[in-house]
Amino acid sequence: MAENKGILVYGELTNGQLATITTELLGCGRKLADNLNEELSCLLASDMIGEASKEAIAFGADKVYTIEEPSLKQYQASSYIQIVEKLVKDISPRAILFGQTAIGRDLAPHLAFRLGVSLATDCLGLSIDPDTKLLLQTRSVYGGNAQATFVSKLVPHIATVRPKAMPPLEHDDSRKGEVIPTKIEIDMSQVKAKVVETVKEEISGIKLEDAPAIVTGGRGIGGAEPFNTTLKELADALHGAVGATRPPADNGWVPEAIHIGLTGKIVAPDIYIAVALSGASQHIAGCSGAKHIVAINKDPEANIFKEAEFGVVGKYEEVVPALTKKLKEILAS
Amino acid sequence: MSGINMIVCCKQVPDPEAPPSLFKVDTAANKMVTASDVKPVISQYDEFALEAALRIKDKMGGKITVLSLGNKLVRDVIKKSLAVGGDELILLEDEAFEESDSWSTAYALAAAIKKIGEYDLIFCGRQSSDWDAGQVGIGIAEILGIPAVTLARKVEVADGKTNIERVIPDGYEILEIAPPVVITVTSELGTLRYPALKGIMAAGKKQPIVYKPADIGLEPGQVGAAGRHTEISKLFQPVKEAKCEIIEGETPEEAGVNLATRLREAKLL
Repeated sequence: MAENKGILVYGELTNGQLATITTELLGCGRKLADNLNEELSCLLASDMIGEASKEAIAFGADKVYTIEEPSLKQYQASSYIQIVEKLVKDISPRAILFGQTAIGRDLAPHLAFRLGVSLATDCLGLSIDPDTKLLLQTRSVYGGNAQATFVSKLVPHIATVRPKAMPPLEHDDSRKGEVIPTKIEIDMSQVKAKVVETVKEEISGIKLEDAPAIVTGGRGIGGAEPFNTTLKELADALHGAVGATRPPADNGWVPEAIHIGLTGKIVAPDIYIAVALSGASQHIAGCSGAKHIVAINKDPEANIFKEAEFGVVGKYEEVVPALTKKLKEILAS
Repeated sequence: MSGINMIVCCKQVPDPEAPPSLFKVDTAANKMVTASDVKPVISQYDEFALEAALRIKDKMGGKITVLSLGNKLVRDVIKKSLAVGGDELILLEDEAFEESDSWSTAYALAAAIKKIGEYDLIFCGRQSSDWDAGQVGIGIAEILGIPAVTLARKVEVADGKTNIERVIPDGYEILEIAPPVVITVTSELGTLRYPALKGIMAAGKKQPIVYKPADIGLEPGQVGAAGRHTEISKLFQPVKEAKCEIIEGETPEEAGVNLATRLREAKLL
């Protein structure tokens, strides 16, 4: 087998556009590739790719492999894996980067086990060891209580990268690159699962990932209603959105779609107001990218005060309405 | 399909709900050290996986075999799986299984599943509560050459088919698939039931079956630390400077007002 060279990014599309996570992976992949003096490639597989391949070049890719197939309209591990496996065998990259997304966290383990190599999921940092040229993969472990740097001698190295952990490059239309339309046959007899129905659970208002301000409630909120009243009023005053830790979602107080944390959404707003939540490491993993964290909790020993920049010790039922009222006054003046 | 054979993989982990201050790193050994008052528990997501299997058994009957891998597994912890309704407990327990990574864990579990031989549904948690990698379920499926469906929030069996609600961004999809299949389960499925007293008594009398590497056809060099595909080059705890400014007030309401003023001063608004 030829020597493994170059970095391959598994690219994703959202609503026909290059996904934000893919621009982040290209930014990271560009640095790794430059460090090695090798190429950065991007794989785009979908039913419609459109301008996204040019976008991938503007964000740093040297080569973009496009696989356009009607059967790729909906993600299925068993069809998508055939494409990735074939391309990887054809181009023999040194490392493959996926986003820690619905697709990446599913597809990457299939690929790693199929190739018999290793995978580090949900990485926060990637770099090249200058001596060995091996990929150093740093990720959070023990629910965020520690971090570990993993290394493997087996190539290709595979990693999934946490959204918002790495910055994209500036979009630059003058960057040069090559789009390579590629044909890969999919053996549909390998696809065992049938999608009977897809159900969207719409969340009204601003999307959490895009909100400049987020007000998040934890177990201490005590029920569903305050999420729609007390917390919503504060979020509205800041033109932001309401989030929740895992217990409110598991208790059915709020939809899972607003669960922020290791196994929920990863957010990075300008201001994050954490209300009646203890600050478990698993939750912090979802909001540690926030620029400023503010904590309101009746327990002065709560771990969230170790993460926050500003805090109030007190019952949220008393503190939050007063805070909201004053904020409205300030913002109106 | 009568007599559904289900296998549930359960990992014993230090209680992830324990305060962060009780988790320390032994940097010399690159190992995690937990204070003695951190109790071992079954990894949360594996408990959801067990609940998924129990709900099928409630409706359809069948057999649930629980598999756990490690060394010095605490019987009272892992036997909870029997107390809630598991039929059989198999432990892959040996010094050689220590320090497994995702690869060597999946490899050994798949070898044990092949030895069990009869299986329709294999349940795993979506990820473990300690290393959080989320690879083992898919790994088992790849090694066995069967499909995997991840992030299940509901699993039902009817007319020989498995119907699975799988969580996707902003919703879920309903999949239909014929067994055998590996299913990884997420928290939305619901928490594990409490064991009934009768179940606890019955579990107390049952003894787990213990397999060594040779019992599942593996050499010690293929499992645990020796079978890893990854090395940990560094394990560390990022230093956090606790510098939270606590905003005071005569009353909680006044503290709230003062907080708003302070956020404005700090130009956060």
